[in-house]
Amino acid sequence: MKRIVYREWRIPPARYWGILGILATVIGIATLAFGYMEHQGHWVTGMNNSVVWGTPHVFAVFLVISASGALNVASIGTVFRNPVYKPLGRLSGLLAVALLVGGLLVLVTDLGRPERLIVAMTTYNFSSIFAWNIFLYTGFMAIVIAYLWSMADRQGAPFNRSIGILALLWRLALTTGTGSIFGFLVARQAYDAAVLGPMFVVMSFAYGLAVFMLVLMFTFADEGRPIGPRILKRLKNLLGVFVAGVLYFTLVYHLTKLYGAKNDSLETWLLLNGGVYTFVFWVGWVLIGGLLPLGIIYHPELSRDRNWVAAACTLVILGGFATMYVVIIGSQAFPIQMFPGQTILESGFFDGVNGQAAPYHPTIPEVLLGLGGVGVALLITAVGVRVLQFLPESLADDAIAPDEETSSRTAPSPA
Amino acid sequence: MKDENQVTHEGVDPERRAFMGVAAGVTAAMVAPGVILHAVAAVPRSEPVTSDVRWGLLIETSKCVDGCSACVDACDQENGLDLQAKHAQESLENWEHQKAVWIRKVKLQDNQTGRVTNLPLMCQHCEHPPCVDVCPTGASFKRADGIVMVDRHTCIGCRYCMMACPYKARSFIHQESHGQLTSVPRGKGCVESCNLCVHRRDHGQESTACVDACAEAGHEAILFGDLKDPASPIRKRLEDIPNRQIREDLALNTGVRYAGV
Repeated sequence: MKRIVYREWRIPPARYWGILGILATVIGIATLAFGYMEHQGHWVTGMNNSVVWGTPHVFAVFLVISASGALNVASIGTVFRNPVYKPLGRLSGLLAVALLVGGLLVLVTDLGRPERLIVAMTTYNFSSIFAWNIFLYTGFMAIVIAYLWSMADRQGAPFNRSIGILALLWRLALTTGTGSIFGFLVARQAYDAAVLGPMFVVMSFAYGLAVFMLVLMFTFADEGRPIGPRILKRLKNLLGVFVAGVLYFTLVYHLTKLYGAKNDSLETWLLLNGGVYTFVFWVGWVLIGGLLPLGIIYHPELSRDRNWVAAACTLVILGGFATMYVVIIGSQAFPIQMFPGQTILESGFFDGVNGQAAPYHPTIPEVLLGLGGVGVALLITAVGVRVLQFLPESLADDAIAPDEETSSRTAPSPA
Repeated sequence: MKDENQVTHEGVDPERRAFMGVAAGVTAAMVAPGVILHAVAAVPRSEPVTSDVRWGLLIETSKCVDGCSACVDACDQENGLDLQAKHAQESLENWEHQKAVWIRKVKLQDNQTGRVTNLPLMCQHCEHPPCVDVCPTGASFKRADGIVMVDRHTCIGCRYCMMACPYKARSFIHQESHGQLTSVPRGKGCVESCNLCVHRRDHGQESTACVDACAEAGHEAILFGDLKDPASPIRKRLEDIPNRQIREDLALNTGVRYAGV
């Protein structure tokens, strides 16, 4: 096996600054959207007293769980000592931090009182999973930065595996915590399910890896660095397992809900006559995010074509957004069941009159704010790979470790 | 002195004397209640709220009249919610879903029997409130006397409490508020809900706006009182008639109880 050499991303300056310019524009527009929502109040959004979390939360939660998922690639290399994944560790760590920052920014800029963030940082209620998450998120960032140091600096090498194990455990806690934000809510039928914790972990595996693969393929292709078919095959097979895992958890979640008579109305609504949510569930979550990518990944011909693999990754990401839309917004739109066995004929506060779902129509500022989070994540990544040695020079078949070999070799020296 | 005055002002203008008398009387009438009220109010407000009491409501749905909105109107007026105004560019549908509602009327029909029930629904003031559990900053809190409310100084507007409330009792303030009442400060970007007219509690007043309005309308469907005091009317009534909590399965031990639902 050759020594892994890392090198900065050296695409032509005009192209590089062009990319940065586009991302900066996206972020700038998102900043304006934030200013507009903050100045006017949330009446300019589609969010209301029934659907209290909307499109910004779809973006934020997607980015946050993708962040922990993106770190998986590094974990496989370090914790599970798979040398094939070793060269990918640095990009994996960088993406993890970048996606988390992007997601958290969306989350905090959507607050009713974003200027009181300092209150959230100084006043804690430890029975709240949100309060725990503040520590899980900031801790995650600190640990991943230490992890990157241990990968890149010779002095850090002895600590690489222990930091890697800590990072793996931490990211599992983080995603379980994110899933539990919803899973522990007894008030709403669609939540109130402990399976949401592990389901979010598996979703993070899939979305994080899909984002990682797209970024890897784009940066490599743009500079003409080689990615061998062997590593690509490994990554896409891994993605296939994760996507199948998401479908499995989806099945278990719905079977659990279907078993009890009390949730019949919820399942009938969500799976059959929930309008846009039924459509997004079947077409977005199951088909685009699950079956289609699986079809590509395990297709004997298509799976060898990297364009198709990139398409599969894109579908997983789109399906991920659809999943978040159903999980976050659909679950709120379904009326809270306060009076089982009774039909609400009239209500002064829209308690699901005649079983009607709550309305929610995403508005442009919300979407722009969410896209800003994506922009921030990509900007951090673009700057990171440009100025520091995150990307390996080659992932050609002869440059990476043989499949069978397991090695305890720690981070190599930079080029 | 008296004699001297009598001598000196024997023929004084009686109108002037009358005016002075009226002025003194009016002044006394204006100032005295304030002084007395202040003295009365200073006692409860200077002491911490205790857990010797637990405030709650009993709602007798059989007395709640279809089409009556006295409790809702009174609450809106008491807490300044009637001062909320729709933005010119805002659609009516959005406004209906975005304006703050602390108490609403709900009309139910039993799917099996067809029996129709009317009731007011508001924050249920749980002993174990899910909104308090999930609030990251502790802004959503329960007072020692059982009132669940939001500290508007530490609420960051994350709306997690609204996600967690099984009664959909909370509202987010979606727009700038104008002309708000001093006793009920409200602010854009915070969450709020029924607080059992906490300003009345703190000034030692009895009852709540909704209870008074319901009684004035002649229905007396809502009873307010101390759930801990065995001698209180609410406690006696709770002992007399069958009643339950909404979503009893969650075991939140609500401070608001319903009869006939």
